[in-house]
Amino acid sequence: MSDLLSIDSVSKTFGGVHAVAGCSFAVAEGTITALIGPNGSGKTTLFNIITGYLKADAGHVTFAGRDVTGDDPGRLYRSGLSRTFQQARVFPQLSVLENLVVAAGRGWSQLFTKRVGGDDRRRASELLEEFRLAPVADLLAADLSYGQRKLLEFAAVLMSSPTLVLLDEPTAGVNPVMIETMERHIRQRNQAGITFLIVEHDMTFVMRLCDPVIVLDAGRQIFSGQPAQVQSNALVLDAYLGA
Amino acid sequence: MSRGSLVRGGLFVLVLATLPSFGLQHWFLNLMVFVLMFATMSSAWNLVGGFAGYPSLGHAAFFGIGAYSMALIFHGHVLSNGYEPFLLLPLIGLISAAVGFPIALIAMRTRADVFAIVTITFLFMVQTLAFNLRGWTGGSQGLSLPVAPFPAVSFEEPFYYTLVLLLCFTLLVTFGALRSKVGLSLVAVRADEDKARGIGVRVTGVKVLAFCVSVGITAMVGGVWAYYETFIYPQFAIDPLITIAVVLMTFLGGRATLWGPVLGAFVLEAGQQTLAYRLGGSQFYLIAYALVFLVIMLLLPRGVLPTLGDRLRQRRRARSVDSTSGGVTPMAAGAAEPPVALRRGASA
Ligand SMILES: Nc1ncnc2c1ncn2[C@@H]1O[C@H](COP(=O)(O)OP(=O)(O)O)[C@@H](O)[C@H]1O
Ligand SMILES: [Mg+2]
Repeated sequence: MSDLLSIDSVSKTFGGVHAVAGCSFAVAEGTITALIGPNGSGKTTLFNIITGYLKADAGHVTFAGRDVTGDDPGRLYRSGLSRTFQQARVFPQLSVLENLVVAAGRGWSQLFTKRVGGDDRRRASELLEEFRLAPVADLLAADLSYGQRKLLEFAAVLMSSPTLVLLDEPTAGVNPVMIETMERHIRQRNQAGITFLIVEHDMTFVMRLCDPVIVLDAGRQIFSGQPAQVQSNALVLDAYLGA
Repeated sequence: MSRGSLVRGGLFVLVLATLPSFGLQHWFLNLMVFVLMFATMSSAWNLVGGFAGYPSLGHAAFFGIGAYSMALIFHGHVLSNGYEPFLLLPLIGLISAAVGFPIALIAMRTRADVFAIVTITFLFMVQTLAFNLRGWTGGSQGLSLPVAPFPAVSFEEPFYYTLVLLLCFTLLVTFGALRSKVGLSLVAVRADEDKARGIGVRVTGVKVLAFCVSVGITAMVGGVWAYYETFIYPQFAIDPLITIAVVLMTFLGGRATLWGPVLGAFVLEAGQQTLAYRLGGSQFYLIAYALVFLVIMLLLPRGVLPTLGDRLRQRRRARSVDSTSGGVTPMAAGAAEPPVALRRGASA
C-alpha cells in the first residue's frame, strides 16, 4: 500500500507555544488511521496545516504524490482532500440540502446555474438517504441538533468525491446511537475506497474502527502501530498520565 | 417561493408604472423619485452588505462617482434630446464597477468592522478629491449640468421611469442571484467564509462580483440624481448620510431578503420627507425619524421581513417535526463525555 498523505518535519508555533514540533508520519491509502493524543498535543493544528487553513512554519505536506505545502484549502478540497471540524461547521442559514449542494466543489462556470439543480438534487439525495437526513432535507441547518450537524458536515464533505477525509473528533458531544451511525458510515465509505484520518478521544471507538493508530504528544509523533499495542506502550501511557 | 415573488414583483411594477397617470402632484412625484433612488441603492447595497455580509460604508463614494461622471460628460452641453444622459447610464455603471474592482480586491481582504472602516475611508478620500480637483469638479463651487428639456407639467416623469427601470433591474439581479449558485455561495460566505473557502466555494469571485455590481448600480443612481439636481456639490454628492440612510433602510426592511430594502426605503424615505415637510424647517424630523427606526428595530430586531419569515418558519417547522419524529432522533447539544476518554491528567 502506498502513502496517500505524508507529513514531513512539520512545525508550527503560536507565540512561543510549539503546537506542532517537527512532526512526521504517513497515512497509507485505504486505511482508517487514528490520530490520538492528549488535549493540546497539536492534532487540530496539524489538521489545519494539512488542509491549508494554516501555514506551517517549516516542513512539507505531500498528498497523492504532490507537494501541497501551503496550498489554498479550496484547491486541496477540489483535489480530493476533505475535512470536518471539531466544532461542526455547517451553514445555519442554508437548508440541509443546500449545505450539501454548496459543498460540491464546483468551478466558475457553474456559478450561474440553478441554486439547486436536478443533478445536485440527485447527488445530494443519495447522501441524504444514506445519512437518514432526508426527512429534514428542507429544514435550515440551524434547526438541527448538534449530532445531526456533525452528521451533516460529514455528509457534505463527501459531495466532492474525496479520496482522503480528515475527521476531527467525530463523536465528541454526540449520543451513543449517533456514534454507532457515524462508525457505520465511516466503515462503508472506507470500503468504497475512501481513506480516513481520524482524531478521536473515545478509545473504544478507535479500537473498533482504526488501524493503524498514531499517537501525538507535545506536537510530535511518539508512537505508530496497531491499536492493541497502543494501551500497553509505555511512552503512550506516560503522555496520557503525565510523566 | 418563485411564483409568489413573480406575482408580487409584477404587481409592484404595475403599480409603479401606472402611478404617474393618476395626475399626481409634483411634490408627490418628487418624493417618489427620491424613494425610488433609495430603494434602488438599498437593494444594491443589500447584495454586498446583506447577502455577502460585508457592511460597506463607502457606497456613497460610488454614488458620487456616478454623479460626477454624469456631470463631467454633460457639463457645458446643450441637450437637444433630454433622454441622452439616461442612455449613458449603463456606461457609467460599467466604469464605476471597474473602479470598484480593485477597491473590492483590496478592501475585501478585511472583514466586518475593519471592512466598514476601510470603505468609509475610501469615501472620504473620494470626497477630498472632489473638493480638490477643482479643474474637473469645480471644487466647492460645484458643477452644473444642463437642465433637462422636459415640459414642466411632467418634468419628473422621465426620471421617475428611469428609476423604476433601475429598481427593476436591481431586483431582477437580486432575484437571479438568489436563484443561482451565486446566492448560495454568498450566503455561505456570510455564514462562515473560511469554511466556505475550504469546501471549494469561489469566495473571492462571488464577493468581488457582488461588490462591483452593487457599486455599479449605485453609481447609475448617482448619475440620475446629478441630472435631476442639475447642480452638484462635493458635500452632497459624496455624503456619508447617503450611505447611512441606505444601511438603515436595508436593516429596517431586512438584510439578505429580496423585498426588505425596498420596504425599508419606502418607509424611511417617505417618512423622513413627510416629517420634514410637517415639522417644517426645524431639525425635529430627524429625531422623529430616529424614533421610528428605533421602535421598529426594538420590536423586530432582525428587520421586518426576516422576523416575520422566522415566525412562519417556526410554525412550519413545528408541523414538520411532528410528522417526522422517528426518522432522525433530535438530541441535546454537547452531550456526555465519551465513554473511555484518554485525557492528560485523567486518573486511569
Ligand atoms: N490559533 C491559535 N493560537 C494560539 N495557540 C493555539 C492556536 N491553536 C492552537 N493553539 C495551541 O496549540 C496547542 C495545540 O492545540 P490543538 O492543535 O488544538 O490541540 P489538540 O487538537 O490536540 O487538542 C495548544 O497548546 C493550543 O493552545
Ligand atoms: Mg483538537
